[in-house]
Amino acid sequence: MTGPAYRRTVTVFRQTLGPTTYTFDHLVDLMAKASPRRSGDELAGCAAETDAERAAAQWALADVPLDLFLTELLVPAETDDVTRLILEQHDAAAYRQISHLTVGGLRDWLLDTVTRDDAADRLTGIRWALTPEMVAAVSKLMRNQDLVTVARAVQVTTAFRTTVGLPGRLSTRLQPNHPTDDPRGITAATLDGLLLGAGDAVIGINPATDSPQAVSDLLHLLDDVRQRYEIPTQSCVLTHVTTSIGLIEAGAPVDLVFQSIAGTQGANEGFGVTLDLLREANEAARSLRRGTVGDNVMYLETGQGSVLSADAHRGTEGRPVDQQTLEARAYAVARDLDPFLINTVVGFIGPEYLYDGKQVVRAGLEDHFCAKLLGLQMGADVCYTNHTEADQDDMDVLLTLLAAARVGFVICVPGADDVMLGYQSLGFHDALYARDLFGTRPAPEFEEWLTRCGLMSESGRVLPVDPSTSVLRTLGAGA
Amino acid sequence: MSDDDFWAALRRTTQSRIGLGRAGDTMALGDVLAFRAAHAQARDAVHVPVDVDALVADLESRGLGTPLLVASQVADRGEYLRRPDLGRQPRDLDHLPRDTGADLGIVLADGLSGQALTDHAPALVAALVERLTPRYSLAPLVVATNARVALGDHVGAHLGVETVLVLVGERPGLSVPSSLGIYLTHHPRPGRRDSERNCISNVHPPDGLDHAHAARIVDALVAGARDLGESGVRLKDTSRSLDAAADGPVTLS
Repeated sequence: MTGPAYRRTVTVFRQTLGPTTYTFDHLVDLMAKASPRRSGDELAGCAAETDAERAAAQWALADVPLDLFLTELLVPAETDDVTRLILEQHDAAAYRQISHLTVGGLRDWLLDTVTRDDAADRLTGIRWALTPEMVAAVSKLMRNQDLVTVARAVQVTTAFRTTVGLPGRLSTRLQPNHPTDDPRGITAATLDGLLLGAGDAVIGINPATDSPQAVSDLLHLLDDVRQRYEIPTQSCVLTHVTTSIGLIEAGAPVDLVFQSIAGTQGANEGFGVTLDLLREANEAARSLRRGTVGDNVMYLETGQGSVLSADAHRGTEGRPVDQQTLEARAYAVARDLDPFLINTVVGFIGPEYLYDGKQVVRAGLEDHFCAKLLGLQMGADVCYTNHTEADQDDMDVLLTLLAAARVGFVICVPGADDVMLGYQSLGFHDALYARDLFGTRPAPEFEEWLTRCGLMSESGRVLPVDPSTSVLRTLGAGA
Repeated sequence: MSDDDFWAALRRTTQSRIGLGRAGDTMALGDVLAFRAAHAQARDAVHVPVDVDALVADLESRGLGTPLLVASQVADRGEYLRRPDLGRQPRDLDHLPRDTGADLGIVLADGLSGQALTDHAPALVAALVERLTPRYSLAPLVVATNARVALGDHVGAHLGVETVLVLVGERPGLSVPSSLGIYLTHHPRPGRRDSERNCISNVHPPDGLDHAHAARIVDALVAGARDLGESGVRLKDTSRSLDAAADGPVTLS
């Protein structure tokens, strides 16, 4: 193939811990073995074999200069368009302010920065200086509190009909899924969420089928509800990007275009997408000009383990790349599209990638930190499946930590039970808890609507209204 | 109308936990305890192996023949959860006929819910047979245990079928303990990507998709895959036409 030639170097890393000297043959191996323990890396065969090896790898990783990530590529540029995108995105001028740092030095720089008055500006200033691999590397050295405190200092706002990510705000996706896409059932769940103050990030349905007709019906259903009650929010039916493009051409009311994305070209092919296809979808949705306060139109989902699941996780010399680094690489794809929302589906992919509550919590904080540092409106599906060693207590921990880290939005379903996808996320009540705990409110446009409708008090409390006399009572009339 | 009456009417439209009571901002205790009980039952269900004898007897009693049995390379349910790679690989296929040249193969895979397979697979297979044969020829049925969807690629390639349907038990949910998914793969062979399949999920009447409706969608997808020469993201379910497009159903190529 033609194109730029990328310099290849190979560095071998050594670290002595007590009587043992550990050797890491390549930066790919060092990154994997420095990762906090998780089942997906063990499944891929790249995890540290002992806790001591992991500690040694973290020690060695701390001394790696950031420069090395620009020359020693974890996934070859020749065969992977995500790597090429990462190199194209890199801002050499902005990078000069941190180019002297090691990975450990970057960790200290970040933690020092968050104590300064201009923290948000300084963190915005290095957004395009950092590559996903650098961000993944530094996260591996950081404790959970470090991931929280740095992510908290990063400000990212995006807008369509509401503005998400403003200080003092916590938004929610209202997810009214139904196993047969029954319009009455979806309407009932939507009503439930709206009465509990949810839906300011998006009202988003995972459809049971990818049939264009069914998706179109759902889009019209949500758009009618939005217009009838003049709700300042946006809707989305989470179907494949090609279906959304077809529906835009057919004149369906598409606010946000959804797509799952991942961190290698092969995994994206597994999702049936290319970078060009995603850009085409972005342009198509933007051309409709349906946003009122902003024109971010993409809604993306990611999650650790998706690349391994697609068997597209091998990098340089065929070495398996750890799942957290691959996840961070997906954020390069995301930020190419300037999305309205992106969220990690952290506990959804299953115990073969994140085994238990501890691993899910850690991964949720990593994903939020990495994506936000790279400039994305990163929310979370704080969730788990029934074959994962986790329960609602673990979700409480992750929600509380993410809210402390000023997450932009979280996904909520009625009673925390998604009856279509068969997993547990947060309930609408959980968002009320988090808002109360940190004194946050929904997006300003949506808050104004809730107040006007008598659903929220001036002090920001969602009121226990009688649904049969509320302004939304007619939503329940079709049952 | 009281609060309770209002929600009771809506609950007939969905199994969602709507209209829950509040204690301050949080859920009422009764709802919390009901959730915990459902979670405990769903977790237990993941670890219960499929009752193969009951499944075979049910298929036979419906005149659907005696299925051939295939096991994955997984040793037990614990390993099944940790090692998806082994769940995608059959242990041995030598007892299956080779190169049948049939149009369709059907693989019944336990996936994450053996219960879903015994509850729904016999009736769904009957609905599929009624809908699709004799227009399409059918290879012998295969029941695969501790199996993931991609195991069907091996079976389909071995049988030499044009299209393989994998009926797989979906992850048990809190309110839906027993639900089947259908994955259609045209020209199955090991290494097929997930984007090369089409999925119909939530087959679990009466609350989910019913068997005859699912069979109708499968019929449309099989025809579409044969026309297109492939399954996956370029194949759309057009069993319902798109009114919004005056010039016919949306198909993207």
